Amino acid sequence: MATRFESVDEVIARLRDVDYLADATIGGVVYLADRLEKPVLVEGPAGVGKTELAKALSRATDARLIRLQCYEGLDEAKALYEWNYKKQLLRIQADREHETSWSDVEADIFAEPFLLTRPLLEAIRADDPVVLLIDEVDRVEIETEALLLEVLSDFQVSIPELGTIVGKQRPLVVLTSNNTRELSEALKRRCLYLHVDYPDLEREKDIVRVRVPEIDDELAGQVARVVRSIRDLELKKAPSISETIDWARTLLYLGTSEISPEVIGETLHVLLKYQSDIAKARKELVPASDAT
Amino acid sequence: MLDVLQGFVHELRGAGLPVSMTENLDAMRAVEHVDLADRDVFKAALGATLVKHHRHWRAFETVFDVYFSLHSPGVDADDPNAEEWAELAGQTSEAAGAGGGGEVTREELAEMLLNALMTMDRDELRRLAAAAVGAFAGMEPGRPVGGTYYLYRTLRQLDLDDLAARLIGRAQEEGDVPADALAARLQGEEYGGRLKVLRELIEAEIRRRLVADRGVEAMARTLRKPLPEDVDFMHASREEMLALQRAIYPLTRALAARLAQRRRRRHRGHLDFRRTVRASLSYGGVPAEPKFRHPHPSRPEIMVVADISGSVASFARFTLQFVYAMASQFSKVRSWVFIDGIDEVTRFFTESDDVTEAVHRVNTEADVVWVDGHSDYGHAFEVFENRHHLEVTNKTSLIFLGDARNNYHASQAWTLRALGERARHLYWLNPEPRGYWDTGDSIMAEYAPYCDGVYECRNLRQLERFVTTVAEG
Ligand SMILES: Nc1ncnc2c1ncn2[C@@H]1O[C@H](COP(=O)(O)OP(=O)(O)OP(=O)(O)O)[C@@H](O)[C@H]1O
Ligand SMILES: [Mg+2]
Repeated sequence: MATRFESVDEVIARLRDVDYLADATIGGVVYLADRLEKPVLVEGPAGVGKTELAKALSRATDARLIRLQCYEGLDEAKALYEWNYKKQLLRIQADREHETSWSDVEADIFAEPFLLTRPLLEAIRADDPVVLLIDEVDRVEIETEALLLEVLSDFQVSIPELGTIVGKQRPLVVLTSNNTRELSEALKRRCLYLHVDYPDLEREKDIVRVRVPEIDDELAGQVARVVRSIRDLELKKAPSISETIDWARTLLYLGTSEISPEVIGETLHVLLKYQSDIAKARKELVPASDAT
Repeated sequence: MLDVLQGFVHELRGAGLPVSMTENLDAMRAVEHVDLADRDVFKAALGATLVKHHRHWRAFETVFDVYFSLHSPGVDADDPNAEEWAELAGQTSEAAGAGGGGEVTREELAEMLLNALMTMDRDELRRLAAAAVGAFAGMEPGRPVGGTYYLYRTLRQLDLDDLAARLIGRAQEEGDVPADALAARLQGEEYGGRLKVLRELIEAEIRRRLVADRGVEAMARTLRKPLPEDVDFMHASREEMLALQRAIYPLTRALAARLAQRRRRRHRGHLDFRRTVRASLSYGGVPAEPKFRHPHPSRPEIMVVADISGSVASFARFTLQFVYAMASQFSKVRSWVFIDGIDEVTRFFTESDDVTEAVHRVNTEADVVWVDGHSDYGHAFEVFENRHHLEVTNKTSLIFLGDARNNYHASQAWTLRALGERARHLYWLNPEPRGYWDTGDSIMAEYAPYCDGVYECRNLRQLERFVTTVAEG
């Protein structure tokens, strides 16, 4: 099995090349995922780049991204494969006119052309390099989680009518979770666990710089510092990286060259979503405007 | 290395982390692939394989710091400057010991620290931290004192507040003068952050020396703390309470999701005949695509009734946060608090979207004292039953929270029977150890027969178990 990266530093550098800023922890875990051929389970607050990590990995390794978006009620038929029964029925109807025997019909309709391939099967069968993203895995029910576990352990699947399909390669697999419920211990054991949190000052500034290239270094630094200051308040929902980026864009759009309390007051709603959070941040950071 | 790792894993288990055999093997495989000298990556490798719950991270870090403190870069024996620094440490220590003469050297050290903090030269800072510990902590082998004592001694001599002020003065001399309050705040945070790094380096140095003196295992054992899920609600410190608060959200979300899910599954939609036939027309009359009529998902309704009297004060603090978190997940959560009187507090939770404020309003505005402000479950329940029994329906889940310590008042247990007959579910969460129930004035057994379940709920682990049971029950 050819490995994709020679070192942790290479992981970090190649992710940076595709505009994803990873720290040593992220880089280290990705590197191990490649070496140990294990899926990575990424957990952390909303908007810290969990999904983006998988996308960036696909760009960095020139691999196709296959995404299984999870939701409540996702089942095998939508995750793995199902038979296209409409098409099968039409075929049965057509065959009836030709008086084909049932066993022939059966052989006919449980064949490749009638199979609807869903993301998991697609990833198993892929010949080209792929990155498999199983997004928001905490939303599926226990039964579907068990199915994921099975697929991830052997990277193969047996379809009664077609036999066992074995994966030709071990793609990089990234699962993300917003931690709305505890995943099973079994699934966690199977994975490397990566908790991604809000980035430190330097990394956040770098992220702003790559995601909003027009911004100058000074302003990017200010953005990161103000956001850090806001995250230190006890808020209902702290600003995420995507909100930092949106805010930086807003500031650029407004032609801001330096962040003043007034500017913060006018644009806080881009960073914070709850009224009480906005009020609190305003009180702390923009005391003068408190009266208005 | 393998020996160290085994000891490390052993200690993690000792601290309560559920490390399985597989994970242990994974960790051993993982470290073969990383450069041991790169501390961050090494730590990431162990973390990713051994720690699968974020709330265990703190415990992991503590053990990691102890086990690998002797290998922290910069203070290794092969540091080319090691001797020089040891000498410096010795000097300072002598000077400090000599009383008045110490001032000069301390001032010198402060000066060097300021320089290093201005440029944020970490290697230099690490060495200076070591020197400071050597000079001021007064550590002696075999002395049975904890790390905090040495930390206190060192920090007292260094005076971080003074350093911070001088640091900011220095920055302003160099032209970084804040234009407004915001800039001043950001500047303060910036240098505050740097001093925090210094403080951590000092802590690390103290730990390293203690480990060298007492051995890894003993040190790790003295630092063991209960995991967040095992912290007793009744005796949680402020800091632990904050951690609990964060852990509550996912739990209530899970509870919300599960209650909603179960309802949905029970109410399978009926076959919608008309739409099925219409769809079949495109398959030559074969009803290939059965259509179901989806029922309106009927939202479950939750009523929470919580004792907030003195005997459960800290539990109540937690309870209210739990209720608040629930209220933000479910649209239909109503809540009451009681001591000997009872008052509905739903409005406080819906009107304010800040938990601290909501809890504050509950504590100051709710009308919960009837006679003397000592728990009277019987009276509170009677009033509740009286006022609200018609609002309790077969969609309602009732959750009671309290220790059932009734100050020898009448239990009025019939109220619970009456409510239980109307409600879909009636659960009781008791924050006391099961062994204490029905001792003294606790009358849990009188209410228990009318509950679908009475759960000991002293920590997060038990609360989680309750949520799971509710989901499956
Ligand atoms: N390390 C990073 N480097 C560059 N950009 C990043 C990084 N992390 C996050 N971003 C930016 O933040 C955006 C939000 O990230 P993403 O959608 O991956 O978050 P998420 O953690 O998956 O959130 P959610 O839990 O809401 O799904 C990304 O589209 C990207 O622009
Ligand atoms: Mg996402």
